[in-house]
Amino acid sequence: MSALEVSRLSKHFGGVAAVDDLSFTVEAGSIHAIIGPNGAGKTTLINLLSGIYAPSAGVITMMDETVTGFSPDRLARLGLSRTFQNIQVCMNMDAISNVMVGGQTRVDSGFFAGLLHLPHIRKADAALREEAAALMAYVGLSQYRTAQASQMPYGALKRLEIARALAAKPKILLLDEPAAGLNHSETDEIRKLIEHIAKAGVTVLLVEHDMKLVMQVSTRILVLDYGKKLAEGTPEVVRADPQVIAAYLGVAA
Amino acid sequence: MTIAPRTLGLVLLAIGLAAFPLLSPNAFAYDLAVRVLINAVVVIGLNLLFGYTGQISLGHAGFIGLGTYASAVLTTHFNWPPLVALVAGAAGTGLLAFVIARPILTLKGHHLAMATLGMGIIIAIALNNEMHYTGGSDGMSVPAFTIGSWTLSGDRNWYALLSILLLAAVWTASNLVDSPAGRALQAIHGSEVAARIAGVDVAGVKVKVFVLSAIVASVMGSLEAHYLEFATPDTAGFVRSIILMTMVIVGGMASIPGSLVGAALLTLLPQVLSTFEDGETIVFGIILIVTMIFMPNGLVPTLSNRLTRLRS
Repeated sequence: MSALEVSRLSKHFGGVAAVDDLSFTVEAGSIHAIIGPNGAGKTTLINLLSGIYAPSAGVITMMDETVTGFSPDRLARLGLSRTFQNIQVCMNMDAISNVMVGGQTRVDSGFFAGLLHLPHIRKADAALREEAAALMAYVGLSQYRTAQASQMPYGALKRLEIARALAAKPKILLLDEPAAGLNHSETDEIRKLIEHIAKAGVTVLLVEHDMKLVMQVSTRILVLDYGKKLAEGTPEVVRADPQVIAAYLGVAA
Repeated sequence: MTIAPRTLGLVLLAIGLAAFPLLSPNAFAYDLAVRVLINAVVVIGLNLLFGYTGQISLGHAGFIGLGTYASAVLTTHFNWPPLVALVAGAAGTGLLAFVIARPILTLKGHHLAMATLGMGIIIAIALNNEMHYTGGSDGMSVPAFTIGSWTLSGDRNWYALLSILLLAAVWTASNLVDSPAGRALQAIHGSEVAARIAGVDVAGVKVKVFVLSAIVASVMGSLEAHYLEFATPDTAGFVRSIILMTMVIVGGMASIPGSLVGAALLTLLPQVLSTFEDGETIVFGIILIVTMIFMPNGLVPTLSNRLTRLRS
């Protein structure tokens, strides 16, 4: 079964086609990487898939349901979650609350119940807090359990975003440059984390510039250039593709 | 069993409120206390909107004014029972807030500030101009608060009623911010896009908290009218909106105790400073500026942070 199916997707900004007539399929349970030179349309694609942008044309199908133009919160309820290239952590909250926000769709977030702190909320919230603590341990952030988000270093915030995304119990996880700005050992830990997440049955869509990481973890790779598909296939196939080499290293490489 | 700091705070507040009459305060002290209580409840509502959710409102006194005049006009000109007028005012204000919330709250930062500022000013102008009903800038008198044959009168009784309302406001607001709904509010403040991705209906939640804070302001406006037995358009004016915002900021953004401290400080300070006579406003201004320079997060969050740092 395909987790995501993108058909003839386009996004225009004025006269620029950031994503241009793009079609591809992401198999459930796979780690599907999206790579390409700067400005290839990777982040635009992620924003389209997560509902932040509405496409100019095309159809997105998520687990056999057409979700084109759905809002991010609606997609979240259907099992899609993501992280951000430029970190979107709520610095006004503590670390664990940030993770708990990820589980928002699974608890009663009604105002009335909240104002009266009804028993079912107290119970569900306590359970969610434990889950969030477990997720923080899972991504290697146990030491920040009681920290404020604003006190955490960059690398830890990247992982906090992953924990928040996982708190939604997603079926599909979009990771937008999870290794950007990380050193070697941190990147290696992120790699292990991504592999763990995929092993747990979550379909991972990975946008990443670190080629070593991409080649190591990906089941399939989609190469974009100028918003179009340049190549697609297993890491071995993509690595050997002359067009890909040309796009990255210049023609006649 | 351990007592949550929240519960402890509520108990301490209740004790404090109950202890005040034991000091056998005079009428002036009671009057000040009642004004502090009214402002404090409004500021708690405003703090949910501004401090927690990060949505500025420079027109909140407008909602107080709507409550004030709903009670004043409906009881005086239409002989409605005060409680019914209060509820009608709250419902009307809530409806108005609901209608304008969606277009207004899609705005951000300065634009939202301007829109809410305009909203408050329009309400104040309307109250000023509807001379026939409101008496314009001269104001109008308001009957005492009665339920059936029982009349709420006397500083002590007003103080008791408003103390109970404050406790209820503190309790429910603390509940809210510690619930999933409250987490959604704070997530919107922290990162709107992150909140949306996490499944928060950002527009819907903003509308809800805006309406909630408007209704709270309206109810307190109604009660204030009956307490003072008088209503003037100043109630709804721009200056009061700014003072309410200042109470939130000085007391502490995203802090319920901060709301109380801010409301108390800014209600009482002008009284204390009246000994400076003409210099009152200058001293008042200096105090605010110094507070904001050294405690940009507000009094309560700054002090509680220092306290936790001292302990560890």
